[in-house]
Amino acid sequence: MAGEAVAPEAGRSLWQDAWARLRKNRMAVFGAIALAIIAAASLIGPLVIAHGYEEQNLLLGAAPPSAAHPLGTDKLGRDQLARILYGGRVSLLVGIAATAVSLTIGLLWGSVAAYFGGKVDAVMMRTVDILYALPFTIFVILLMTVFGRNFILLFVAIGAVEWLTMARIVRGQVLALKKQEFIEAAIALGLRKRRIILRHLIPNVLGPVAVYTTLTIPAVMLLEAFLSFLGLGVQPPMSSWGLLIKEGAEMMEEAPWLLLYPAALFTLTLFSLNFLGDGLRDALDVRASRD
Amino acid sequence: MLRFIGRRVLETIPVLFLVATITFFMMKAVPGGPLDTEKNLPVEIKSQIEAFYGLDLPLWKQYTNYMASLLQGDLGPSFKHANRSVNELIAAALPVSLELGSLALVFALVVGITLGIFAAVRQNTWLDYLASSSAMVGICMPTFVMGPLLVLVFALHLEQFNASGWDFARDRVLPALTLGLVYAGYIARLTRGGMLEVLSQDFIRTARAKGASEARVIFRHAVRGGLLPVVSFLGPAVAGILTGSFVIETIFNIPGLGKHFVTSVFNRDATLTIGTALFYATLIVVLNLVVDIVQMWINPKQRAT
Amino acid sequence: MAPPGSDLESLPVPANPCRPFAERLAFVAVAALVAMAAGCGKPPTRVSTGDVEQVLHKGNKSDPQELDPHIVQGVPEHHILQALVENLVTEDPKDLHPIPGQAERWDISADGTVYTFHLREGIRWSNGDPVTAHDFVRSYQRGLSPSLASEYAYMYYVMKGAEDYFKGKTRDFSTVGAKALDERTLQITLNGPTPYFLSLLNHYSWWPVHLPTLAKHGDPYQRNNRWTRPGNFVGNGPFVLTKWNVGQVIAVRKNPLYWNAANVKLSAIHFHPIESSDTEERSFRSGQLHVSDEVPLSKIPVYRAKKSDLLRIDPYLGCYFYRMNTTRPQFKDKRVRQALAMAVDRKAIVERVTRGGQLPAFYFTPPDTVGYTSRTSLRYDPEAARKLLAQAGYPGGKGFPAFEILYNTSEAHKAIGEAVQQMWKRELGIEVRLLNQEWKVYLDTEKRLDYEVSRGGWIGDYPDPSTFLETFLSDSGNNRTGWKNAEYDRLLKEAARLGDQKTRYELFQKAEAIFLDELPIIPIYHYTRVYLIQPSVRGWSPTILDHHPYQNVWLAAPTEAVAGVKR
Repeated sequence: MAGEAVAPEAGRSLWQDAWARLRKNRMAVFGAIALAIIAAASLIGPLVIAHGYEEQNLLLGAAPPSAAHPLGTDKLGRDQLARILYGGRVSLLVGIAATAVSLTIGLLWGSVAAYFGGKVDAVMMRTVDILYALPFTIFVILLMTVFGRNFILLFVAIGAVEWLTMARIVRGQVLALKKQEFIEAAIALGLRKRRIILRHLIPNVLGPVAVYTTLTIPAVMLLEAFLSFLGLGVQPPMSSWGLLIKEGAEMMEEAPWLLLYPAALFTLTLFSLNFLGDGLRDALDVRASRD
Repeated sequence: MLRFIGRRVLETIPVLFLVATITFFMMKAVPGGPLDTEKNLPVEIKSQIEAFYGLDLPLWKQYTNYMASLLQGDLGPSFKHANRSVNELIAAALPVSLELGSLALVFALVVGITLGIFAAVRQNTWLDYLASSSAMVGICMPTFVMGPLLVLVFALHLEQFNASGWDFARDRVLPALTLGLVYAGYIARLTRGGMLEVLSQDFIRTARAKGASEARVIFRHAVRGGLLPVVSFLGPAVAGILTGSFVIETIFNIPGLGKHFVTSVFNRDATLTIGTALFYATLIVVLNLVVDIVQMWINPKQRAT
Repeated sequence: MAPPGSDLESLPVPANPCRPFAERLAFVAVAALVAMAAGCGKPPTRVSTGDVEQVLHKGNKSDPQELDPHIVQGVPEHHILQALVENLVTEDPKDLHPIPGQAERWDISADGTVYTFHLREGIRWSNGDPVTAHDFVRSYQRGLSPSLASEYAYMYYVMKGAEDYFKGKTRDFSTVGAKALDERTLQITLNGPTPYFLSLLNHYSWWPVHLPTLAKHGDPYQRNNRWTRPGNFVGNGPFVLTKWNVGQVIAVRKNPLYWNAANVKLSAIHFHPIESSDTEERSFRSGQLHVSDEVPLSKIPVYRAKKSDLLRIDPYLGCYFYRMNTTRPQFKDKRVRQALAMAVDRKAIVERVTRGGQLPAFYFTPPDTVGYTSRTSLRYDPEAARKLLAQAGYPGGKGFPAFEILYNTSEAHKAIGEAVQQMWKRELGIEVRLLNQEWKVYLDTEKRLDYEVSRGGWIGDYPDPSTFLETFLSDSGNNRTGWKNAEYDRLLKEAARLGDQKTRYELFQKAEAIFLDELPIIPIYHYTRVYLIQPSVRGWSPTILDHHPYQNVWLAAPTEAVAGVKR
């Protein structure tokens, strides 16, 4: 009836909007839950499993799944389940750490370069070109020698290489955004440059960045596998998914379980990251808002 | 436009100079030298060989000598391949990598962009899930799994191809497929993301409102903007794919640049490393230039810069 | 009021016009795959063609660094050079004893120091020039030239005056004991009786090169000479070099001017440098190789069980061992070293880890090296090991500083390292870490004695125990353990002066006994050569140096008739 008081609608910030949309996306939620389970299993698993990841049983060798070893054993008789869970710790740590590094550097670098344009842009992007052109293997060997066997620092090194593409993508996006009206409005309003970058540019760039981030984590993990392939990765008896997949690939015909399970888990993790990333992108995409 | 290109070409020279310098000193800083072998070299022999290669000169002198020969286009002798020059090695490996890379790239672009467009246009349908999942498999299957798998099926079981080598036309198929699948996955994902961004914009709504057919909407209006992230990605990706992949070349025993790129470091073959690094750097710079030009063409607003 | 634009969302979405196209594309793709799978005829394999044309395809691991006999150092280079160059003697295909090569006979002086070789009539270089005794003398001069700095120059040191000439003490080559008495007679004078001298001649450092060719393509006494390119290469062996595509193939073709060409059945050999053993195994299976260089560890049991006729396991003159850095405080006490050695279950390693038919090594020099087998040997005895460790001051492994096993990147080294790591932990209570370093870094680290335990190996250069025992002389650059023993040195130096095999062997026994008591190394196993070979390859006998003279190799043509091929 006319005149009845209607409760004023509670205001929602951009982030609350995004969160609501994300929760509605079932695949993204599935991805997030799967990731959480995998992470938890990797963290707790090695502590509760019967076999240690480094116990060898030379008499057994590579045996198919059985009651004692649900996922089989590798060529030195080590329990695969334990090694996969333990390897999960290593790989997830690698993925997250390296990606975080690359994200931070790349985002800042690309935004600043695109925003200022001109000479600043030229210098910053030429630096990216030079760094891209450097032979990555030398850089890694050098780091391994200088920093010794601290593998965490090694993967920070990977992150420090991965940021280059991130910077390029961010720069491309920001260049497009720069010309859009709401930025011109912000400038007209006299907002400080730092405020514009942090509060207006970066949130809008988050869409493609989120997608590329979910492409970076697998790239980092694959890079770690490549390094293991070259012998520069984690040291035995530590394992990582990359190393397990590589070893499994070598025995693809004789012991397919050695490839199947690590690869399946690896794929599942990456799928989950992906769905989550898509969900994030959809959630953060302002122009797709429906009220 | 010409001024823009000219300026970029000029900027390339310091880039190459820096790449050569940084790589040179990095190679010298790493332990182990090209002459180190398991069987011990008596001192007098080692010093004689070092003198022959100029390795006994003070570091700065080695550097200036090397830079001088670089300016004349001479990349120096290889240490590991004792009677070939770096120029020769790269000249022999380059066409192989170019061929492999081009085939892989064509495959990746065709498959990737197609999948990406389908996935975006039919978002959240079975087509989207299928395309996205296929792309994902391409991305997360390491080449050292995919390659041997393909060899197992097509070369060893079906016996249609050779397991390795680069002698016949059909030897190109499996390596190009393996290399292309990875990039196809990335391109598909980026295309999908880009297309979705663009398709949600107002000007698309306008086009649809004006009665444009779906095909016209996609190909005439959306694709330009939708491929923006792919174009950004392509620059360095093409350089990578063209200089060959070490893993592919090892698995299929292909005499390309990728192998030289990695093994030269392990052999401490400084001249070969710098040679391949310089080649790669030139390629990157050129491709980035091309990417920027294409980006400007796609996004007219950017031309003002 | 409805939000602006919402009415647009009710517009019907047109059908995807691309769907029929997509379906057509999918159909074509599937049809192509089906057609392929149906087998539109299998292409002929390199092996089957090779069998008919007598072309041998061999996997050769890595690209040759060079093809100059005085500069090369590796095994793949030897396999190729063996086809291109022949020395005064060559090897018997069954047991590698020296048989006449370019020389048809030789005389040895009574005291065993002067060898007079009589060259065959009509031997030629591949460009038609006759091979003369002068060629050999000039070759030795080149091999010993200080400016060339050949890494294997020390192989000449048994010859009188060679060491002095190489080290620059004299520039007069006439002081060196190599003389051409006439066109067909070559005389070599040694420092002392060297019973294994003729076997030494089978090492490529002694092989002849054609000086005029070297002079034509550069400075003969410097490196980077282009004479080894296909088209330039001139040799006196059964084959000539036709192709050298880096990373792809090295091809040689039968040399019609070779003195024994009539008995050489192969028409060509293609060497394929395939680095990855997995790739090589797949190539072998797909019919691209007759002989592979090695077999991936994981595939050995498979071949043994299912295709044992394709697998060969030949004894090889080499020892795989772990060096211990005797300058480190915890390794100074030999009881510690002995304890570590006795706690390693070698049998388990060769049976479960490497599985390539290797022999567990309880001494250093491989058994039956030209009749020599060490009488002293180690044993596997964890109980005794524990006692020794306790005596040395580390009961139950308590207080033993943790250390690292250094190894260079390789699946095999890693697997062995992991096994030994567990054995020491289980039996001795010692914590050990593994350190994988890239090859060059590993070499550098080992040379600087910056390690505790390091994986090593030694392959004999020639069939004689001295090639092993002399590795650990106090001043040998190949020692790299910091171990020095004056008595050991004295015994070996005396053996080097003697000619009587029996006396020499007794001295070796004494030296090896000292070595196995002091134990600067832990011998683990004696090598085998494990490789794959097609049944059509004949004349490929097992030899301890893995030398297979190609003059004796041939390919059995397939039994079924091949249309259009004339035999």
